Amino acid sequence: MVGAPRRYAPAMSWPFAREHAELRTSIRSFVERELAPRADEWEEAGDFPDEVFRRMGELGYLGLSYPEEYGGGGGDYLCQIVLAEEMSGCGSGGVAMAVAVQTDMAVPPILKFGTEEQKRSYLVPAIKGEKIFCLGISEPDAGSDVAGIRTTAKKVDGGWVVNGQKLWITNGRRADFMTLVAKTDRDAGHQGISLFVVDTTTPGFEVRRTLDKLGMRTSDTAEIVFIDMFIPDEALLGREGEGFYNISWELQGERLVGAAGAIAGARRTFDVAVAYARQRTAFGQAIGKHQAVRHMLAEVATEIEAARQLVYLAAWKVNRGEYSVREISMAKLLTGETAWKTADTAMQIFGVHGYQMELPIQRAWRDARLIRIGGGTDEIMRDVIGRMEGL
Amino acid sequence: MTGAGRFAAVDARSHHALFSDEHEQLRAEVRLFVEKELVPYVPRWEKEEAFPREVFVRLGELGLLGLKFSPRFGGEDDIVADAVVTEELARCGSGGVAAAVGAHKDLAALYLARFGSDEQQERWLRPSLEGTLIGALALTEPDVGSDLAALKTTARRDGNDWILSGTKTFVTNGAWADFLVVGTNTGSSSEDRDLTLFLVEPDAAGVTRRRIRTLGWRPSQTGEVHLDAVRIPDSHRLGQEGSGFYAIMRSFGWERLVMALSAVSAAAMTYEVAKKYALERTAFGRPVGKFQVWRHRFAEMATRIEAARALTYNALRLVAEGEEAREPIAMAKLYSTRIALEVADECVQIHGGYGYATEFSAERALRDAQLAPIGGGTSEIMREIIGRGLGI
Repeated sequence: MVGAPRRYAPAMSWPFAREHAELRTSIRSFVERELAPRADEWEEAGDFPDEVFRRMGELGYLGLSYPEEYGGGGGDYLCQIVLAEEMSGCGSGGVAMAVAVQTDMAVPPILKFGTEEQKRSYLVPAIKGEKIFCLGISEPDAGSDVAGIRTTAKKVDGGWVVNGQKLWITNGRRADFMTLVAKTDRDAGHQGISLFVVDTTTPGFEVRRTLDKLGMRTSDTAEIVFIDMFIPDEALLGREGEGFYNISWELQGERLVGAAGAIAGARRTFDVAVAYARQRTAFGQAIGKHQAVRHMLAEVATEIEAARQLVYLAAWKVNRGEYSVREISMAKLLTGETAWKTADTAMQIFGVHGYQMELPIQRAWRDARLIRIGGGTDEIMRDVIGRMEGL
Repeated sequence: MTGAGRFAAVDARSHHALFSDEHEQLRAEVRLFVEKELVPYVPRWEKEEAFPREVFVRLGELGLLGLKFSPRFGGEDDIVADAVVTEELARCGSGGVAAAVGAHKDLAALYLARFGSDEQQERWLRPSLEGTLIGALALTEPDVGSDLAALKTTARRDGNDWILSGTKTFVTNGAWADFLVVGTNTGSSSEDRDLTLFLVEPDAAGVTRRRIRTLGWRPSQTGEVHLDAVRIPDSHRLGQEGSGFYAIMRSFGWERLVMALSAVSAAAMTYEVAKKYALERTAFGRPVGKFQVWRHRFAEMATRIEAARALTYNALRLVAEGEEAREPIAMAKLYSTRIALEVADECVQIHGGYGYATEFSAERALRDAQLAPIGGGTSEIMREIIGRGLGI
């Protein structure tokens, strides 16, 4: 306490170890060399090639924390946070989201709830990037209210017959497999829901259309219908009737990785805004030197840092095996609000330059808006947190 | 996610990487002390705008005043343990009591530990940590707050003595302190940053002082100290002549971190008070806290308190690792003190008329919370520091 002060070093390492820092360096280099330079082209096309999955599989990035016996890297959970943070540097929210659906949303339930045979069949190609996965939860009339889904899986001899419709399915057009949530007992409420892994080439699996969106434009977002689709008994993932609880487990990982990516992306957008505020002049000095602008940016820097530390706290807990729904929900809520505020501030700093389509600020703004909606809206997060607080 | 159990129940608030089991045990002990020996008396102390000196003696007996200092003075060289004490004292429900103890252990005693000679430490630091002497830090002047270089109080050499003249104000503990660490200008001109610190005892000839009544922090013994040609020996100079500016700059960090820690802790407690009431009070047939609007407002509060805590603990971690952490501390103070004020305001709101009544603690929490964005460097100064850290 009484020793001489050291210079402030911005490398805020907690909760990461040296191995994470090395992983971060290698992912960052990949993102900068192989993804970011093509972001504009992909955004223009509203799509990106499946090759990205295979390349990331080759590099081991799709299975960082998965067990080595299935081709994974055997790392800890924090590796997934590093991946999410670094993918936010690719310059296209849709690409980062598509990859996250594979690594942290559609596939983890197979590792967690799958049989040994299912793990061998699905995890190995998923981690290699040879097969692409999507997650089928949302429907036209049921989002966060998972118990309200209408897609049914009816038991028949040797399997199930699925009928229904899924909407807002990221990777839905390109996917080889879908982790599906369906009702197996209409009258059993939360206990009447089950998970399945479905081959998208199954007869009756039909991609009806892809949806146009404000942001996240490179990810394919599909509407999918199931018409008397027969899937075998082996397609059931986890126990029948436990799907609601199992997908609630999945949503935690989805939200935390979403939060980590969102706040890392916000920090990148913020850095771009600060750089511009230092360079652009008005009334004889850099606009950032005007006190009102400096204070506005100081506020946003603080809010980003607060949200990031909350993400790290939740991630640190998950890494220790604590399943902290409370902190995860808080991280999701706060990062969504903060990323949106950051994007808005960045646009303000850039003035009319931010508003034009040639600069990437508008894209960050459009992409950031989804975070407050996807993976559970702000309102759902507040409800979850409030109920956990006993209210 | 892989490997994590499904919904393992965990008390989120008791776990953070910074704290060992020993720290948590210390926390439990301090909490018990606060609940038994402070909380019951707070309403009276608030009303009287004063509290007994014995509180310091008790804290000294329990070894809680010097944990961050050297074992030579009964400490443990453990700033995290000291932070735990700060957090728990903030739960006493009186910002003024907590602030008085803080001004003593985190300002006056800290300056002595950092810059005092062996002789000075024996004379003032040891009894300070025993709780038999109360210290204060006197920097602020009627016309000078954060802009330290402009201090007007002067110290002039006269043989082997110094003659101090000037006025210090908003000095927490100033009205009852046994010694004051006083910042003076020893430069040749008023623009000179030649600041020097002195230890002044209030019974010296020429020292007069008065209480200042404040909106909140009422028992904090905040005072104004007037120095009229006060003669003190050179042995009362704290640190080298001209070293004051550096010393103050170095010590601001800990003061601000303490304010952030206290703000988070007070906010968490105020939140619990608000929640308890929200679940007791009914309207239209159910507890008001069960209305969705209030559930969501509590969710926002809880989220921001947790974020403020995470941000503050990160700054504390950096300091514990030996970093100066200027910007992280500024962020922690800026954010935590604002959240604490917002939570206190919501606490008044949920209490309705009872929130406005002085019989209940809600309005006191709001009054007390309003000081934190001002003291120890205003929020505006924090934004300046953060902005400069961004290169703007």
